[in-house]
Amino acid sequence: MTEPVLEAVDVVQFLGHGAGRVQALKGVSLSLRGGELVLLMGPSGSGKTTLLSVMGCLMTPASGIVRVGGQPIAGTDPEALARLRRDHIGFIFQSYHLFPTLTAEENVRLALDVRGQRSRHTVKAARDVLGMVGLAHKRKSFPLELSGGEQQRVAIARAIVGQTQAILADEPTGALDAENGQAIMTLLAKIAKDQSRAVLVVTHDPRILPFADRIVHIEDGRIVNEESGSPAKRVSMS
Amino acid sequence: MSLKFRLASRNLFHDRLRFVATIVGIIFSIVLVTVQMGLYVGFRRMVTTMIDHSPADLWIIPTGTKCFEDPSLLDDRQRFRALAVNGVAEATPLVIGYAQWRLPGGTTTPVFIVGSELQELGLHPWNLVAGRMDDLSIPGAVAIDQSYFERLGVSGTGENAEIRDQKVQVAAVTKGIRSFTTTPYVFTDLDRARAYTGTSPNKASYLVVRLSPDADAYAVRQELRASLPNVEVLTASEFRNRSRSFWLFGTGAGAALFAGALLGFIVGTVIVAQTLYSSTKDHLNEFATLRAIGSSSTYIYTVIIWQALLNAVIGFCGAAAIGAIVVRMTAESALPIVMTPALTFALFVLTVVMCVASAIAAIVQVMRIDPTLVFTR
Repeated sequence: MTEPVLEAVDVVQFLGHGAGRVQALKGVSLSLRGGELVLLMGPSGSGKTTLLSVMGCLMTPASGIVRVGGQPIAGTDPEALARLRRDHIGFIFQSYHLFPTLTAEENVRLALDVRGQRSRHTVKAARDVLGMVGLAHKRKSFPLELSGGEQQRVAIARAIVGQTQAILADEPTGALDAENGQAIMTLLAKIAKDQSRAVLVVTHDPRILPFADRIVHIEDGRIVNEESGSPAKRVSMS
Repeated sequence: MSLKFRLASRNLFHDRLRFVATIVGIIFSIVLVTVQMGLYVGFRRMVTTMIDHSPADLWIIPTGTKCFEDPSLLDDRQRFRALAVNGVAEATPLVIGYAQWRLPGGTTTPVFIVGSELQELGLHPWNLVAGRMDDLSIPGAVAIDQSYFERLGVSGTGENAEIRDQKVQVAAVTKGIRSFTTTPYVFTDLDRARAYTGTSPNKASYLVVRLSPDADAYAVRQELRASLPNVEVLTASEFRNRSRSFWLFGTGAGAALFAGALLGFIVGTVIVAQTLYSSTKDHLNEFATLRAIGSSSTYIYTVIIWQALLNAVIGFCGAAAIGAIVVRMTAESALPIVMTPALTFALFVLTVVMCVASAIAAIVQVMRIDPTLVFTR
């Protein structure tokens, strides 16, 4: 078995302050390996997004260990965490978070620009991944000129263009209709399989279960169940 | 074009109304600073215009003289003592003072008399547009500036008036010799200047010294100081600085101009800070996204600084255009607003500093940004 790309071990995390302080994660452990698509499911307030934030190095846990590429992140300052994110993790968000004043191609190039890559190579790389997600013809379009599904494809292109080993997606189909949702999940599953990347998808959407290699259920800050998915069905659907 | 610059410029131009409001604010601010500093430079030049146009190497002035227009008197014997000092080629008396100019109709207006020997070093009118220097040797001949014709009730050479009950005739006319005190300068020869100002024939306001070509200025000055009691011996530069210091800071005029400029700077800084802050707040999601996808703080600060610099450059261009119009419109006024290349450059630097300083509030806001915002918005 390959080494985990991202790993959380017995992670505890609190949110809020004073009387409003709650324990969002109560000793959660989860590993992500290259080539697998993992669904993280649970009701609202169960700790899904907090776990995504911790594993995505957007916050450091109160206790427990998070490893990125085998290296623990404990004691890492915010700038170093940002560096870890850009080197190891790509993000996809429910509301896309594209830059409305930049074209699709520029939005994708931004992920390389923050890595300090400013050559013509970034234009080619952005065009290649936009072609991969089926939007080569829309590269000069601004986000508002794109449908929700197209915007999410641009967001996926931005997440994968940096060649990070892990992709973390927060409700990537949450704002899409069924058809577009299926298309996005097919794309993510393909990325996981063809590029050996670890993809973690936080979702409420039972329609995407067939795409999972593994399904992790979280409730009240604890992982309560973990089951294998049905990739065969996924493959047949794609 | 870098993506940072592209993102900054598009964020800036995206909200056109706010962009226009910001640029108007910057222009207003910089024009205000330009006017104040232009007045300062103009005033600074005008207060030394007489010293600037005298070919003196050294000025011998009564002790405690605050400025060129501060009339106190030296004894004529000082002149001969000065001429006895080795290295002094010429020591020409100069008489200045206020007098009343009586118009043909009988009304009077104050004038400032400047008189020196016409054939010697002294201080003579320049920029003559009518008449010649030689014409001033005619008894009662004076030279005035054409900008004061109306005030002095004359329309050119050959016209008459009275000073201290003595008939004077305009024999020469200058252009552009304006007084910052608004009191017209009247040039004449030494003796008549004494007569018009009520100065004794053996007195003078200043001695204008020219050194021999091979003289050691420092040594001559030391010897003059030792030889002449109750006087100060200043270089032209020192006399200029003393006059400027008095008029600009002794009277508070300079401080008022600086205060106006400072006010403009503060107003501009606040306007730009406010708009950059609200622009950053509007784009907080984008900055949080940048942070989430791994951008460094420096990357985000650079985007904000680019916005500030774009504001600065566009705002400065607008302010410079208006400033040029203001400079042209005031060129013939009593106190023209003067722009020099150095002042223009300084104003550009000031605009950039103002806009970059304004970015601090926005940067502080971004420093506190929580990248997990991307999951909650």
